[in-house]
Amino acid sequence: MAKIKTFDFDTLSNHAGQRPDKETGSRAVPIYQTASYVFRDSDAGAAIFNIERGGHVYSRISNPTNAVLEERISALEGGVGAVATSSGQAAVFNTIATLVDQGGHIVSSYALYGGTHNLMEYTLPRFGITTTFVNPNDIEGFKKAIKPETRLIFGETVANPRTEVLNIPEISKIAHDNQIPLVIDSTTTTPYLMKPFALGADIVVHSATKFLSGHGTSMAGLIVDGGIFDWESTDKFPQMTEKYAGFHNLSFTEEFGPAAFISRVRNEALRDFGACLAPHSAFLVLNGFETLSVRMDKHISNTRQVVEYLDQHDMVEWVSHPDLKNHPNHELAKELLPKGSTAVFSFGIKGGREIGQVFIDRLDLFSNLANIGDAKSLVIHPASTTHQRMSVKDLEEAGISEGLIRLSIGIESVEDLIEDLEKGFKAAAKVS
Amino acid sequence: MYLEVDNNKTYIATGSKEHVDGNPTMTFVHGTGMDHTVWTLASRYFARHGLNILAVDLPAHGRSGGELKPTIEDMADWVVQALDATGQESTIMVGHSMGSLVAFDVAARYPDRVTSLAMVGTSMPMPVGDLLLDNAEKDNHLAKEMINYWSHSTSAHLGGSQVPGIWMLGKLIRLLERSGPGVIYNDLLACEKYTEGIERSKNIQMPTLLILGEDDFMTPIKDAKALAETIPNSRTILIPNCGHAIVSEAPNDMLDALATLI
Repeated sequence: MAKIKTFDFDTLSNHAGQRPDKETGSRAVPIYQTASYVFRDSDAGAAIFNIERGGHVYSRISNPTNAVLEERISALEGGVGAVATSSGQAAVFNTIATLVDQGGHIVSSYALYGGTHNLMEYTLPRFGITTTFVNPNDIEGFKKAIKPETRLIFGETVANPRTEVLNIPEISKIAHDNQIPLVIDSTTTTPYLMKPFALGADIVVHSATKFLSGHGTSMAGLIVDGGIFDWESTDKFPQMTEKYAGFHNLSFTEEFGPAAFISRVRNEALRDFGACLAPHSAFLVLNGFETLSVRMDKHISNTRQVVEYLDQHDMVEWVSHPDLKNHPNHELAKELLPKGSTAVFSFGIKGGREIGQVFIDRLDLFSNLANIGDAKSLVIHPASTTHQRMSVKDLEEAGISEGLIRLSIGIESVEDLIEDLEKGFKAAAKVS
Repeated sequence: MYLEVDNNKTYIATGSKEHVDGNPTMTFVHGTGMDHTVWTLASRYFARHGLNILAVDLPAHGRSGGELKPTIEDMADWVVQALDATGQESTIMVGHSMGSLVAFDVAARYPDRVTSLAMVGTSMPMPVGDLLLDNAEKDNHLAKEMINYWSHSTSAHLGGSQVPGIWMLGKLIRLLERSGPGVIYNDLLACEKYTEGIERSKNIQMPTLLILGEDDFMTPIKDAKALAETIPNSRTILIPNCGHAIVSEAPNDMLDALATLI
């Protein structure tokens, strides 16, 4: 059968969303560092305000630099549109706030970034939204946890830090059988390693602070609408299907069809909650996009060698990475993530927490900090930092032990990285 | 709004405004496999400017029920039934692609019902390639991909939407994917078979506006210009760096062009 040849990933990651500036010829995406925009005339201004013309009113709601970023991630994910937010956490919250009302319920994998877990476990209940956490490998568990008031299923592609791979095809079927969308946090994999929409997801969120940006310079989040979920198949989403008094009684599904969800995010969540992205940050993230595939290939190849090294090390109790045959999702990862699964993973050092601290403190190239997805290699002890607000029970459920050390493998020389880790192990051996 | 047209439940968007008796009417007809949502911006704009808007979902398209209409003439007759059902004596007719042929045919055969005509992304005849027709007949997804690909200019394949944050190719393919079995083939075949149109141009005496994309691969501008020459009271507005999908690539330019009809 004939095929349509559209632009490839690497072309889109460099160009999508931008037409070079007609006035200046600027090849780089200009940073539109402005709060607002002069209207051509009063009628055009009123028209942009009322969604009758395309354009920008105020940078809390849209901005030309951010718009390039939004189109670019949509192109790479295969979505209909996107909204940029001030952080990945804002992307998660704005997605939930758009879809779930007071009294609503979420079913989520319990293998989550600590901030997301905190939002669902402690903060959202203050607003009447509760969450049931499920073992990501317990497919039936997702089904059993769904209640009449459940409005979405949530999970991470490859969880941070224990690397559980979410079975998106199976879990999306459960979501769709119950007329609710599957929302996927794709931060650790990026569209280069996995395209969740093609596997059945409906909405994708990113912390663009991580691999998409790639250099640890900017806080940024992205919400991408796959445009596939049929909001009108159910009465569970009146915010999408019924007239919205907050915008002159427009119905998002009637007016925007496949782009209903992302239009609601922009015209309600961004407008009312205000977690907009700074355009300078959008520019920095866009710079990261240009080298995304090159960096991800290097992240993955370095990770493979580091995982192999750790797996054979005497001082390592266990390594959790889908590349390893003993990982419970090894086969699933090969199927869903053929280019490689993740450069963020964890291992357990023999001797527990104190020995782990000696190991971390001895490292020179690996930076001990709370981030992942930097070009530079990173290390952290989650139980005392990123996941410290979780209870002992929740930590156990998430598989985060006292001796767990998380690595985010960068794109430096892998020989130097392994040498650095070896120095850490030698220092740890002296005190164990 | 929902109403009965031709004994079938029919959806017609009004730009989120209720009709006002005595206001002029503007009727929008979508292209192959699409629905009223391609006109959302224009519908909302002209509704706020004192026009009664009828952005129809043709039978078996979008939210409308009924059977597919196999010819452009059948679709045009149905549009007139929709005008009757909504109590509109006359209208400005606006159509995109296949919809432009429908709008033209309404104007040509029911000239007393049309005050002015706008044809967006048009040509006459509007032949369809065998490869596309063949894939559409088999309901292959490839047919939708072809329409999506050829409807956008080369520059639009890299984006640059006038509506912030919308990926135009992604939105159109999702819209086409919503069309039911046989819809794309029906519509393409209707375009292919509409060979009588050019002879009806002499009936088009009302002000007529052709809005064309300079980089239109689906309905090349040379064919559209040939049509324009047969319509005595016609004007052409050419939108640079724009393909066939003017409704998504250049909604603001299209709006400005349509406003010249008011």
